Amino acid sequence: MNTIRYIVQKEFKQIFRNKGMLPIIFVLPLLQLVVLSNAATYEIKNIAFGYVDYDRSSTSRGLIDKFEASTYFNVLYAFPNASNGSSALLKGDVDIILEIPRHFERDLQKDGRNHLGVTIDAIDGAAAGVQNVYVNQIVNSFNTNIMSDLRRPSDAVSRPVVIEGIPLFWYNETLNYKTFMVPGILVLLVTMITLFLSGMNIVREKEIGTLEQINVTPIRKNHFIIGKLFPFWVIGMGLLTIGLILAKLIFNTPMIGSLTLLYFYTSIYILVILGMGLFISNFTDTQQQAMFIAWFFVVIFILMSGLFTPIESMPKWAQLLTEFNPIKYFVEVMRMVMLKGSGLVDILPQLLKTLLYALIMNGLAVWSYKKAS
Amino acid sequence: MKRFIGFVQKEFYHIFRDKRSLFILFGMPIAQIMLFGFAITNEINNVDIAILDRSKDVTTQEIINKISASKYFSILQVLENGTEIAPVFEKGRVKAVLYFEKDFSKKLIAEHRAKIQIVTDATDPNMANTISNYISSIVQNYQQEQNRAIDIKYQIVPESRMIYNPELKSVYMFVPGVMTVILMLVSAMMTSISITREKEQGTMEILLVSPLKPFQVILGKVFPYIFLSIINAVVIVLLSIFVFHVPVTGSLILLGLETVLFIIVSLALGILISTIAATQQTAMMISLMGLMLPVILLSGFIFPISSMPWPLQLISHIVPAKWFIIIVKGIMLKGVGLAFLWKETLVLVGMTLFLIGLSVKKYKIRLE
Repeated sequence: MNTIRYIVQKEFKQIFRNKGMLPIIFVLPLLQLVVLSNAATYEIKNIAFGYVDYDRSSTSRGLIDKFEASTYFNVLYAFPNASNGSSALLKGDVDIILEIPRHFERDLQKDGRNHLGVTIDAIDGAAAGVQNVYVNQIVNSFNTNIMSDLRRPSDAVSRPVVIEGIPLFWYNETLNYKTFMVPGILVLLVTMITLFLSGMNIVREKEIGTLEQINVTPIRKNHFIIGKLFPFWVIGMGLLTIGLILAKLIFNTPMIGSLTLLYFYTSIYILVILGMGLFISNFTDTQQQAMFIAWFFVVIFILMSGLFTPIESMPKWAQLLTEFNPIKYFVEVMRMVMLKGSGLVDILPQLLKTLLYALIMNGLAVWSYKKAS
Repeated sequence: MKRFIGFVQKEFYHIFRDKRSLFILFGMPIAQIMLFGFAITNEINNVDIAILDRSKDVTTQEIINKISASKYFSILQVLENGTEIAPVFEKGRVKAVLYFEKDFSKKLIAEHRAKIQIVTDATDPNMANTISNYISSIVQNYQQEQNRAIDIKYQIVPESRMIYNPELKSVYMFVPGVMTVILMLVSAMMTSISITREKEQGTMEILLVSPLKPFQVILGKVFPYIFLSIINAVVIVLLSIFVFHVPVTGSLILLGLETVLFIIVSLALGILISTIAATQQTAMMISLMGLMLPVILLSGFIFPISSMPWPLQLISHIVPAKWFIIIVKGIMLKGVGLAFLWKETLVLVGMTLFLIGLSVKKYKIRLE
């Protein structure tokens, strides 16, 4: 027990002596939490909008006014003809071009029906879909207006049925993205820091040759490993704590559920990551290799965590792969406990899988460590 | 020159001897493109929902059938009363509950109006919003079918045309992004760590007293990574063309030149990091912790920059990845040339000069 304490002491000293690393471990991630949480939004607004009005009638003007009044579309360009519009799309100056044909008003009154050209830059397919919905909404509400304006007494009045869909957004009524992203990004930062630090640490000793010196001392291997990894566990929990405080103070992120439960889960989760770090260390000879492997897995874990894109939309085989993704579980638990107040029973599946993962990962790590020396 | 070539050769040997790193270096872009192309999409599909039908009549059943027939939703559960909604959301799988009011059909006939509440788990606002929109539009379609007999006058119908990506494939969006992330991180991370490694082990000083000039030493270290990054870029472009059928409508030569420019920017960044960091660990933490999330989040890779608050839009200007993504999308998907992309290109050139200038300055100070 004493041995472990000394190793822990030594490791802490080493970390805190390295003045260059301290800001990277503590300031950089938290700065990113504060800044980048604002960046992660799928909300589509400020759509750069351009139009070509060949009709120049009061109806066409009225329609354009509707777009101008909308909060989604903000920059408005009037192009004299369609080819100017297309080149603005090519340049990327506008996202959407609305084209109002000649005799738009006249034809609408004559036929009671008319068509509008809408061209959308669809490279970001998801955004384009949303933009299309916005355009449709605006045109539809315009339709209801003109119906009452233009309807002649001779028009037959029959009442259509209306099925009203009333959206209710639970747990996040204002659809605030930060509420959603802050816990997720905190997960990433805690994971990255603990994985990179632990993954790099033992292989570093290997690289500079000090590991052999330790191996010839009477220190027991499991004492050594525990002593080595414990400081990173503390750093991870510390980061989580500061991150949660910032989340509360700056973003007013809801914390409905039990923080004890959250900490309990995190304490096990970090063990998974530390096990991975140790495992990577054992299988590499240089810090460079370790860093590559860590990076490779982290990028895949992040992208397949359901943090930025929904897991449900993935094909079955990919969903199966995400079962091996610790970040996925952590993100789920964070969001469930903090935002919805889920309890132990609700997160039990995630908790058990994480626990199992921790056991397997650390078992493998310790086993391969013995083998390596 | 001969010495320099010899040195570059040595560096190549160094890299190629390390099979494990090499495997990852080349495996990474393949794995990531495959995942992005096949698995990751920001559309919604197969979302689990629950139904709470207080009416249980023909109309509600028809609407429910419409919804479960769509590829977007699958009905996981049928609830009996409102108190069951919260526990279902807390479990986490169900993302929305459709709540049909009592006497739905009767109301529709008598009052021509009936309500469906679309309760969504809005912890994920994007998902909630999209689900809400999709369900509304399915319901709206149903409503239109019911109203078909009635002639509704004065309708403007927008006809939307999606250009550059008519099928709305998300892989079109992700290919430029993955290319950027990989090139940027491989180049910056590799150089920063390989130069710091020599510093840490004390071999840099030996190199510097060798007859090679300092800039030759740096160039020699960087050169193999230019080569590796180019191979990575080629692999990514080939995969996107042949596996995912992303078109390259513009000039391949221009794409190649811009890619090399971007690789050089990233390498310059790596060199700068290596002049700051004393140990490999610091270098790695700066390049990974400092670059990874900003590159993913602030480059327009996943999230649209125009929706961000303006201070972040400002910050995104100094992220080289942002400019490169615009260039790649422009060349591959829009087919534009330098006439449209000169501004972005100039920004990257400017960044390169600035970064190299800064590292040269830092480097000299260190050697004094």
